[in-house]
Amino acid sequence: MMTPSNVTEPREAPGTGKTGPGVRDAIQVLTLGLQGEVFAIETERVHEVLDLVEITRIPNSRPFIRGLINVRGKVITVTDLRTKFGMAAAARTVDTRIVVMEVRIDGEPTVVGALADRVYEVTEVAAASLEEAPRIGMRWRPEFIRAIGKRGDDFIIIADIDQVFASEEPAPRGNRLEAVPGLGAAA
Amino acid sequence: MSGRTGSPTVANPLDPAEIFRQEAVDLLARLEASLLDMEATPGDRALVDTAFRALHTLKGSGSMFGWDALAAFTHHIETTFDLVRRGELPVTRELVTLTLAAADHIRVLLEAPEQADKLRENALLASFRDLAPGSATTKPTKAAPPAGPAKAAAAGEKRTYRIRFRPGPDTMRLGTNPLLLLDELRGLGTCTVVPITDAVPPLEEIDPTGCYLAWDVVLTTAAATAAIADVFIFVADQSDLTIEELPIDPDAGRERRLGEILVERGDAVAADVAAGLNRQERLGTLLVRSGKVSEDRVASALVEQRHVRAAAKAKESSTTTGTIRVPAERLDSLMDQVGELVIAQARLMQQAVAGGDPVLKAISEDIERLASELRDTTMSIRMLPIGTLFGRFRRVVHDLSHELGKTVELATEGEETELDKTVIESLNDPLVHLIRNAIDHGLEEAGQRAAFGKPPVGRVLLSAVHSGAQVLITITDDGRGLNREKIRAKAEEKGLLAAGQDATDADLFGFIFHPGFSTAAAVTSVSGRGVGMDVVKRTIDGLRGTIEVASTVGQGTRITLKLPLTLAIIDGLLVRVGTERYVVPLSAVEECVELTREEDRRSEGRSFLNIRGDIVAFIRLRQLFEIPESAGAIQKVVIVAFGEARIGLVVDQVIGQHQTVIKSLSRLHRDLEGFSGATILGDGSVALILDIPHLIGFAREREAMLRAS
Repeated sequence: MMTPSNVTEPREAPGTGKTGPGVRDAIQVLTLGLQGEVFAIETERVHEVLDLVEITRIPNSRPFIRGLINVRGKVITVTDLRTKFGMAAAARTVDTRIVVMEVRIDGEPTVVGALADRVYEVTEVAAASLEEAPRIGMRWRPEFIRAIGKRGDDFIIIADIDQVFASEEPAPRGNRLEAVPGLGAAA
Repeated sequence: MSGRTGSPTVANPLDPAEIFRQEAVDLLARLEASLLDMEATPGDRALVDTAFRALHTLKGSGSMFGWDALAAFTHHIETTFDLVRRGELPVTRELVTLTLAAADHIRVLLEAPEQADKLRENALLASFRDLAPGSATTKPTKAAPPAGPAKAAAAGEKRTYRIRFRPGPDTMRLGTNPLLLLDELRGLGTCTVVPITDAVPPLEEIDPTGCYLAWDVVLTTAAATAAIADVFIFVADQSDLTIEELPIDPDAGRERRLGEILVERGDAVAADVAAGLNRQERLGTLLVRSGKVSEDRVASALVEQRHVRAAAKAKESSTTTGTIRVPAERLDSLMDQVGELVIAQARLMQQAVAGGDPVLKAISEDIERLASELRDTTMSIRMLPIGTLFGRFRRVVHDLSHELGKTVELATEGEETELDKTVIESLNDPLVHLIRNAIDHGLEEAGQRAAFGKPPVGRVLLSAVHSGAQVLITITDDGRGLNREKIRAKAEEKGLLAAGQDATDADLFGFIFHPGFSTAAAVTSVSGRGVGMDVVKRTIDGLRGTIEVASTVGQGTRITLKLPLTLAIIDGLLVRVGTERYVVPLSAVEECVELTREEDRRSEGRSFLNIRGDIVAFIRLRQLFEIPESAGAIQKVVIVAFGEARIGLVVDQVIGQHQTVIKSLSRLHRDLEGFSGATILGDGSVALILDIPHLIGFAREREAMLRAS
């Protein structure tokens, strides 16, 4: 299988579009859509893709956390990547999917679900087409982006999901009970 | 939540070396316990015997499984204890301390022989030599160790003997009372005595000083044949005496018949027995009637049959009620599977009820009962008596009292209280912290204690007791108690409390669990040893437990840990608020009452209910959880309690009882408050489990705030 080092390789040769010797020709990714952009997650991190099921809301939790679902007897947290990328929450459609994947949180592998507007396909991105995300001119935080690949004329944003999950929300609302309007304790 | 502190040594449970290692750990624990008891009651011979046997088995099995260094070292300690056992060496504090140190060394030799300190070993042996000159100098005999375990096993095992004793006619004239000999036999074990009177002559021929009686005795004892023979040592040459071991084999499947016993004893001829058997009557009656065998002898043989039957049964039950060792992982996966079963059963039940098929419903009810019994059994398998944990602390207290020069007595209560194994494993460190704190910071020096009129020996009481679905563990000391002023000063200094702000005892004592809040500086000004009370708090929180502190200046401190019995499955009450469902742990639920629309309106803004004269604050879950749908005409209030505190939770509907398999939430939710986990409902959806202690704490804060404003 692919190791993360294959993917980080382009960072060492920024802008050249060239990769060092010994690197595989392509990485395999799952592509998904978020507000019209095509994001990609390495397939080795993806467990499965689920149709949208009823999500149990967790009161007073961060907006990034949408709730809990039951995946064959295991309780999995469903998150909304749109929140992390500063996009508005999307209405649920027939195309909405839950991508179940493994991320590292505090160094511990954790299985989480992430909402996607739609899931396209499992595809290969040529290693030669990978480029490091530009530091400027990006709409989202550069550390969330592992690399940018090209497929035909389109760009594919390969996300660094560990970084995405490790980060604080753009505008943390807080999830303490004290934050509930009208119920807060004296400051 | 399933975080098990698995030891890496469980690789292959069938590996003989691994079996020895586990056995040795038990033996060392037994040795340590008997040594610590010995210190308190030096005259108790049973304790010395226990210690000796533990050492003996350690040595024997050790050399059998290739722990040669361990066996050689243990041999010397065993030799010393042999002297103690024979009364040639007294039990002293020095001996106990030295042997405890030796036990530690044996542990090193067991677990990491390559790290064993040879110098330390020699020093220990030299000390033993000084203690008992001549003991540690004898070389371990090569032949002795392998014989060890066999002999030890033989000594503990019970055997059954048939003893036929016919004293000579002069016995009583020579000054021996045979009844005393029989009493002595009775002292050896379970004993059945049948007198044989067939040699008693007619009355006119009786010599009053003569002895005409004989006895058949069946004895089940752990003593050796030689010990039985010793009983008759002074009469043996004038008596007919036979001692034979009877086979007790519960697995043989059949016991010996009366005829066989009689023939074996030589009381009847095989031909007579066979003839009797052919007549199809009760053999005993028959043989007596035909005059072939005397009544006494048949009675005696029958008694033997009964005795052997009882002994076999006892042996069988002692082998079947024995314990087996199971790797902890298997128990964990069993528990997981039972959890899955309970969830699947809940789904089945839902389908059965919805479908309305009475047969399916009956089956589903059967499965519900089975699943619930299986759950209870599985949980009980995981239960361990907390005494296994308490035992370790005696050593901690012993060492610490030496180190600090304080005499401390550790009393324990409720050792038989059972708790989930995972909980017990996680409790070790917090309890060690709390006990160390109690001795180091709580208890005063002996001189100071005398000045206060307290007994010189400080007392620490460790107790465990069941209380509903919880276990309360308390650590009580009779020391100086917590100093409220110093805690307040420290809390104000750290900015945890505004100067002059009101604070209850619970608030003040709560600060000692704050990270970086040194109890030493705050309470006793004795230098702290980096013992983190915050670590204690975090561990107990992780186990979904709580800590309460009570303290009286000059009289001592009591810390109570309240822990859930199990971490895996609880009984829950399923409630609905709007379209959302939540689980309330049933153990916390006191009652459910109605909240009518009028009452609801009346209570607007004050959130108190009158429950039979008691004022109970309530929380509207709809408001707290920001649930958009508006409430129906009738709402319900679930009154929950935790410790002394009670609050009401306003819900829309109480759905019913629900066996709740607790699923812990992922790390993404580490800052989530108000919920202790999630569970899967019968329809496959997920529901959150309310964290009652937290909600009560929250309600209290709010109440205090409302009162203040």
